[in-house]
Amino acid sequence: MQRLWQHRIAALLVLPGMAVLLIFSYVPLLGNAIAFTDYSPYLGFFHSPYVGLRNFRDVIENTQFIHALINTVEINALIMIFAFPAPIALAILLNGLVGDRVRRFIQTVIYIPHFMSWVVVVSLWLEMFGGAGLLNDILRANGMHSFDLMSDPSFFKSLITIEYIWKNTGWNTIIFFAALTTIETEQYEAAAVDGATGWQQTWHITLPGLRSITILLFILQLGNLLSVGFEQVFLQIPLVGQDSGNVISTYVYYQGVVDGNISYSTAAGFLQAVVAAGLICGANWIAKALGEDGLF
Amino acid sequence: MTTATGPARTGAPVWMRHRNPAFRVMRAIVLTFCVAAVLLPFLYIVSLSFAGAKEVNQVGVFLFPRHPSLAAYRDIFRGSLVTHALLISLYVTVVGTAISLVVTVTLAYGLSRKGLPGNRPMLYLVLITLVFTPGIIPSYLVIVHLGLLNNYFALMLPTALNAFNFVVLRNFFMNVPQELLDSAQMDGAGEFTQLVRIVLPLSKAIISVIGLFYAVGLWGTYFSAILYLPDSTKWPIQPVLNEYLIQGSAISQSTLGAVTSSQLQQALPPQRSLDMAILVVSIVPILVIYPFIQKHFTKGVLTGAIKR
Repeated sequence: MQRLWQHRIAALLVLPGMAVLLIFSYVPLLGNAIAFTDYSPYLGFFHSPYVGLRNFRDVIENTQFIHALINTVEINALIMIFAFPAPIALAILLNGLVGDRVRRFIQTVIYIPHFMSWVVVVSLWLEMFGGAGLLNDILRANGMHSFDLMSDPSFFKSLITIEYIWKNTGWNTIIFFAALTTIETEQYEAAAVDGATGWQQTWHITLPGLRSITILLFILQLGNLLSVGFEQVFLQIPLVGQDSGNVISTYVYYQGVVDGNISYSTAAGFLQAVVAAGLICGANWIAKALGEDGLF
Repeated sequence: MTTATGPARTGAPVWMRHRNPAFRVMRAIVLTFCVAAVLLPFLYIVSLSFAGAKEVNQVGVFLFPRHPSLAAYRDIFRGSLVTHALLISLYVTVVGTAISLVVTVTLAYGLSRKGLPGNRPMLYLVLITLVFTPGIIPSYLVIVHLGLLNNYFALMLPTALNAFNFVVLRNFFMNVPQELLDSAQMDGAGEFTQLVRIVLPLSKAIISVIGLFYAVGLWGTYFSAILYLPDSTKWPIQPVLNEYLIQGSAISQSTLGAVTSSQLQQALPPQRSLDMAILVVSIVPILVIYPFIQKHFTKGVLTGAIKR
């Protein structure tokens, strides 16, 4: 108690932050308890009947949910295969540039998409690749068949992945760049003296130097396996229809906010959060088993 | 040798220059493609926004229409809808950033001081939110029960404390040399004075960067707006942008909110130009802020914060 008074200024300082944290992050976490009830807004939380795990069972057995789950996992698989290595390759390419100004110019440009909202990004893409977009204008003007990439349900997952790559790759090179600067140039010097080619240098020096940060980021990405970006998908579902476009986060939204199945949708969201946390812990454990520092 | 907190490495040393011409050509193609992939869409939409009725439907109005016209911009600003949405976005961004910075800086500073009881648990509470994010439904119910529906604070408060930004700031504060603070303390400065007189001036650069991150996030607010502001006349720019550009609503004089009757007689510029003008106008503030962000974080501000 006395220590609290000693540090009373610090205690006061943390008050606003902790208040926001508790009210807007932790109270909703508690609110997940709704998933265990048959919630009715008229009865409120304390008078809605308790139903145990029934909502969770309903969620798992629901075909629409399973569709959304498969969509989510497939998109994330695509992201991990294509979007995850892209910033690494780009960072390595840029790092090898001798020209300082060229490199800085390229970096300035490729960071821009990260700062654009998804509304802007999707609008840009529509204007380039949509039915009335630039690509199709050019195709039609040359008498060729036009195709609307943005409204094609079968192309949707690839579309999401490519959009994601466009928006995030540039920015994601930053952290790999920071890691690249920690690799001592002496290693490259020694290798060059020993006659190593560029590829050999990359394989034996650069990539191992990036190993720790790559594993760390991979863990984080795995933890996001079930949570494909909500806004990006939500904006485009009207273009392809819920059947092909739904991912778990949007499914939770449609069930809860639009259809009003509150306890059901809370159960789905809660399930997603729990599994995601489990995935992060699992991946963290694997990383440690591989000898790397985990996230925690 | 070089640490992550050192000056940003300026290009590879000359002796490391790749000599294989095939590789260099490939690299040039890849990098040019990346730059073009980013710049071309922006150039295209800017051109379209200046295109008059005749040119707007021609193929590939690249680089610039031959007869540029400001009609689209004039009309969206003369009306009230887009202007109103932009002002709302400005309000939410400015006020929201101020709130976010106050909340994050105080918490980061408070938790960077040793000796505060409950330091560890509070730190973990913040870090846990990196893993567990609140769900849509429970968050919505909290907002409703706080009476914040249709209130702009519903857009500004939930996101006020971002765990990543918090970690960056706290790390920075912890790296402030203890001697500085100790000598200030010996001169009689309390913790608060230390914060204001010593730590904050030292942190100007990083607080600017974090503030700009918050600002960009707030400017991009879309989903919170449609979720918590059922009254669509209160919408900021992103939901409005979505209505016209993605959902494809048609823009008429009445939607724009143009007032005088003489304006009602004039034909509007083509839908496409109007759409593009709104899009450009929602991007420009971010592009204006962008050089300031760039200036600060290429100085290694961020990489310095990554070091634990």
